[in-house]
Amino acid sequence: MNDRAQYEPVIGLEIHAQLRTRTKVFCGCGTAFGAPPNTQVCPVCLGLPGALPVLNRQAVDYAIKAAIALGCDVQPQSIFARKNYFYPDLPKGYQISQYERPLALGGGLEISAGGGKRVGLTRIHMEEDAGKSLHEGFPDSDRRTYLDYNRSGVPLIEIVTEPDLRSAAEASEFFARLRDILVWLGVNDGNMEEGSLRCDANVSVRPVGQRAFGTKTEVKNVNSFRYVQKALEYEIDRQIDLLERGGRVVQETRLWDSASGRTSSMRTKEEAHDYRYFPEPDLPPLMVDAGRLDAVRATMPELPEARRRRFVAAYGLPEYDAGVLTQSPALADYFERVAVAAGNPKAASNWVMGELLRVLNERGAGIEGVPLPPAALAGLIRLVDAGTVSSSIAKDVFARMYESGRSAEAIVAAEGLAQIDDETALLAIVRDVVAKHQDAVAQYRAGKQATFGFLVGQVMKGSGGKANPKLANQLLRRELGA
Amino acid sequence: MIASPAVAPTLTSADVERIAALAHLELTAEEKALFTRQLADILAYAEQVQAVDTSGVPATAHVLAERTEREDELQPSLPREEALANAPDPAPEAGLFRVPRVIT
Ligand SMILES: [Zn+2]
Repeated sequence: MNDRAQYEPVIGLEIHAQLRTRTKVFCGCGTAFGAPPNTQVCPVCLGLPGALPVLNRQAVDYAIKAAIALGCDVQPQSIFARKNYFYPDLPKGYQISQYERPLALGGGLEISAGGGKRVGLTRIHMEEDAGKSLHEGFPDSDRRTYLDYNRSGVPLIEIVTEPDLRSAAEASEFFARLRDILVWLGVNDGNMEEGSLRCDANVSVRPVGQRAFGTKTEVKNVNSFRYVQKALEYEIDRQIDLLERGGRVVQETRLWDSASGRTSSMRTKEEAHDYRYFPEPDLPPLMVDAGRLDAVRATMPELPEARRRRFVAAYGLPEYDAGVLTQSPALADYFERVAVAAGNPKAASNWVMGELLRVLNERGAGIEGVPLPPAALAGLIRLVDAGTVSSSIAKDVFARMYESGRSAEAIVAAEGLAQIDDETALLAIVRDVVAKHQDAVAQYRAGKQATFGFLVGQVMKGSGGKANPKLANQLLRRELGA
Repeated sequence: MIASPAVAPTLTSADVERIAALAHLELTAEEKALFTRQLADILAYAEQVQAVDTSGVPATAHVLAERTEREDELQPSLPREEALANAPDPAPEAGLFRVPRVIT
């Protein structure tokens, strides 16, 4: 094996994200995933002669939203362009994209890998997706390619980074953070398996200390989140091995194959691509004025990073809790309502991260449809804080609340679950335990302190878990000391 | 078409071959010669237009500068039989279009 430390990888990413609109970018066809083939098509997205594209307002607003969140400069005027190439998944013979004048320039995103750094963005532009080619699985697949145009014209943004990433781990973290933000904003569903988020990477390596970039390859077809890092590591290693053996890297597109865990050269025609971009004559320039920017900005949720910091500062939560609770806007909202209503943020965090997420995970449910309103959970926390129920009983109450939708107070009252604070009642249980466990009592009195815990456990058990633990302790010590 | 180009044509037969290849067109020798001349004429005309002083005139990508956008509202798509109706070699049972195999 060669000395990998002598080489520095240089990586830039191109991310295609499907915007979560109901309809396509230039026509009113639906975008539902998994619809029967060619049932979401019309003259516009089939590229029939004379059909004219009309831009989807929501797609533009989503693209602007992503651009603002990523700190880009949204351009007052951007221009759609035709990218010309022949491939049957592109029925018009060109893709409507943006070229010289993209929607947004600049921007960036912080990552913690590599000691913490900001990864710059080059641009964000809007474009349409192509249809789907089916090369296998038909009796005549050796001679024919089949086509489904349901995806044709689905709105995308392409996010292009600067070549700022220096390892597969950095690239993977960047991509994860970008995905979180897009999903958080509600502009993308983050689903790589369904193709609504795709990540291509430009990868090169150079000797450490060299300023000029090495020859790059483009790695495509990484269609699952967990393969981003693997695919890049493979390609980096491949290039280093090649150079170490005295070879050189060929500029080419390479396809990742998750089954073999390798990238392989995509055979391309000799001719270099010449897309002959020109302004799309069927669409006017996209004008975005300050008013529209403000309107979109007004719909922006607080971003995960900002919210995480606020949870730490305002509620005194540990970083870890704040990170877990800001996985989605809905979860963060839920926590915040519980915290405010209960007046005990740490307890709210413990319940949401603990019992609630556990139950949701068990049932494969999301926070959106949770049958337990935040105010109800807050009610339970208040009962615990007031000493009305013990924390172990509270878990039981929680489960019943989740099932029945009844309030904590109602369940505790109906089931007689309130904590036993009454000294007389508890003393009877304590005396019973002392009488039944004479051996343990003798051991304790002989100096074996650990036995005390056993006896407390017996008292709790005898009370059906309802004894006030503090009081049970006190009474037991008093009895044993006597 | 401008009859006599003001500037000598810079377009070569090789350029035309390349453009034809990009457009997936096969041209005869006569067509190549014809199109080289015609395309050179068009370029010469464009050069004539480019000679106009446009400093201080903002670039225009389109004659319509106003915003024309549609709401994100579902419109009926074509019935599939209709979508496939004009395809030269459809596979109606599968609901798919079909073309000569494309090697990726
Ligand atoms: Zn359509």
